[in-house]
Amino acid sequence: MHIPDGFLDLKTCIGTYLGTAGALKFSLDKLKNNFAEEKIPLLGLLGAFIFAAQMINLPIAAGTSGHLLGGVLAMLVVGPWAATIVITAILVIQAIFFMDGGITVLGANIFNMAVVQVFAGYGLYIVLQRITKSAKMSVFLAAFLATVISAGVAALELAISGTIALDLVLPAMIGWHLLVGLIEGVITVLIVSYLERVIPNRLELLNYRVGDCGVH
Amino acid sequence: MFTKKVFLWILGVILLLAFFNSFLASSHPDGLERVAEDLGFIDYSKDSFSIFSDYQLPIGDGLVATGLAGLLGVGLTYMFLTLLAKVIINQKVVKQDEN
Repeated sequence: MHIPDGFLDLKTCIGTYLGTAGALKFSLDKLKNNFAEEKIPLLGLLGAFIFAAQMINLPIAAGTSGHLLGGVLAMLVVGPWAATIVITAILVIQAIFFMDGGITVLGANIFNMAVVQVFAGYGLYIVLQRITKSAKMSVFLAAFLATVISAGVAALELAISGTIALDLVLPAMIGWHLLVGLIEGVITVLIVSYLERVIPNRLELLNYRVGDCGVH
Repeated sequence: MFTKKVFLWILGVILLLAFFNSFLASSHPDGLERVAEDLGFIDYSKDSFSIFSDYQLPIGDGLVATGLAGLLGVGLTYMFLTLLAKVIINQKVVKQDEN
């Protein structure tokens, strides 16, 4: 879902850059107060894994593919503030080194995938955990829905830019990303379950409610 | 945090995924590209400035070029994030000393 240069107009590029800058400043400040040194290797490995996973497009339907965005995975493992920084780092490296996502639209891509997906997933996960009683179900649904919401925001940006009408682009983006979201949900559940097994009780958000809700 | 065995196991999987990315990935358009094609705004897309033009280094060909690009990408991400985390932690230590 990396937007290339040319898809968004100037006001949308500037607006999303400003929103993104604010969110990054806030996340870094939050992180300065509560980041444990022992989490450094986890942060590095998480970023490296998501970078690798984002290169691997999986077929979702005839002639279309999707890949893990990873924001909800990162949010569960290191918390939402660090997750925003992890996904931002990946998106910046992808744009600057590999032309995956444009430069003028980098603010929008960071906004959609490092801010919206992460924090939509965070809010959803907290609510879902109270409703579903199943950590796995909460993780799956949070990852799935956050991906669809992120795609919806990208559609809004395209419409606000005058690139394409909202009534066309919104259903199309949401439709395809229902399928992409399934991939997001399944991979996020698998990775989180694996991590909870090899490093139990170290995942930031699965500790959110200690006890019966751990992923096993 | 990780036992050495688990760390190396995860690292190994990441490096394999990164190196064989072109072999493993579907070359079909992703959701956004598909929408842009279907709705006729794909031609608005412009190449942007970047150091390489794709996940492909100008070294060797095929699997080697894409594989090295993948390894470079994960290496840069790992280094950037660990460095940033160290900077953040040092700032925290300095702040505590001042108080």
